[in-house]
Amino acid sequence: MKRRAVSSMSSGIEGKGWDVLDLQDRMRFEQLVLPHLDAAFNLSRWLMRGRADAEDVAQESMLRAFRFFRGFHGGDARAWLLQIVRNTCYTWLEKNRPVDLTTEFDEEVHAQPSATPETLAIAGDNRERLTRALEELPARFREVLVLRELEGCSYKEIAAITSAPIGTVMSALARARQRLQRVLTQDEAHKRQEAGREL
Amino acid sequence: MSCELTTTVLHGYLDGELDAARAADFERHLISCAQCVAALEAHEALRSSLQGARLYERAPAVLREKLHAAVGASGRISAAAVSQPASWRWLAMAATFLLAVFLGWRLLPMVRGNRGETALASAIVDAHLRSLQPGHLEDVQSSDQHTVKPWFDGKLDFAPPVRDFVNQGFPLQGGRLDVVHGRSVAVLVYARRKHLINVFVWPTTEPDSEPLSGSQLGYHWIDWRKGGMEMCAVSDVTPEDLTELQHLLMQ
Repeated sequence: MKRRAVSSMSSGIEGKGWDVLDLQDRMRFEQLVLPHLDAAFNLSRWLMRGRADAEDVAQESMLRAFRFFRGFHGGDARAWLLQIVRNTCYTWLEKNRPVDLTTEFDEEVHAQPSATPETLAIAGDNRERLTRALEELPARFREVLVLRELEGCSYKEIAAITSAPIGTVMSALARARQRLQRVLTQDEAHKRQEAGREL
Repeated sequence: MSCELTTTVLHGYLDGELDAARAADFERHLISCAQCVAALEAHEALRSSLQGARLYERAPAVLREKLHAAVGASGRISAAAVSQPASWRWLAMAATFLLAVFLGWRLLPMVRGNRGETALASAIVDAHLRSLQPGHLEDVQSSDQHTVKPWFDGKLDFAPPVRDFVNQGFPLQGGRLDVVHGRSVAVLVYARRKHLINVFVWPTTEPDSEPLSGSQLGYHWIDWRKGGMEMCAVSDVTPEDLTELQHLLMQ
């Protein structure tokens, strides 16, 4: 199954420009790019919503980065790599799980109670619930949160990774945070309801 | 009525992305906007939940090792980079095979022209990734051709010629199966002093050809077809050594 995922992607990326790096470039790649493997994996894991697919995609991304490395002329290697990771994830999702990318949230339809710090603190204790809530977000919101809160990227870096203006990054983050709060609060309210019913 | 700053500047402030003047402006705004104060508190709580929940997921160690081995295909780097203890022999094997793969990316399409170039590249990537898993480099480890040859029986739809050339200085090390260009191929592993040579073997309907050779990164390859078999040998031995083995295999 993993194998299939990799080969289905590989079939889309090989071809022109396929080149082998010389020893010096390999060493540079090893020093500049490979240290960001965790960042690559973490972003893949959250975009793919699972570790198994993330492993394939992270691996594929590294191969792409390796192939494109001559086009990297210094600068922020992490952002450069994460841009490739993101593109690889979206390519994979478009091909294999297009529904992941089309589910856009309609903010008007979803009425929401406003979150309070107390409810969030309760919800936040639970790693599983946070994971679920994050995974419920549309990919474009999920990625800015992961890049900002887990990876610690600046707006400038997120803008480079997602190919968006900085203003768009800020508003995506704002919407992502509101949406996440809403999911967590609803989750909490739902739990209380359930508890009430049982009593 | 909602304050529009809760969905814009507030986040720049929270993330420390505002310049000093704009941050000071927003702080003044906070004095008079309860809504922004509440939103800021809520978002700060959310942030500490996210950061405290151990949500960051690190790459599996096996993936890291695979990639280090792949990138350090020259062998010298990979030996230093692979963190788990492994025998030098395994590393040497890995290095030689990776080299073969990286050369394969480049040379097989060149050798074979444009036909199936892309499919081959992806097949070799797959073979490469699979082979990096421990224990996948050699399926049958033996210097006895009478052990290696029957091992291939029933595993392939062709019988690769398996011969030991120990007396000529190329002792057989073993063999394995791989997939190249969507089909199963045999790989024979020979040693030459302290070097290893991978010989990829697969059937072909093309006519016999003169050996075609080249080198890259200080490594050499030689590819030829004879009697319905195509073979490609890759190693860091000298071109003379490789040609010598090629002559032996051609006989």
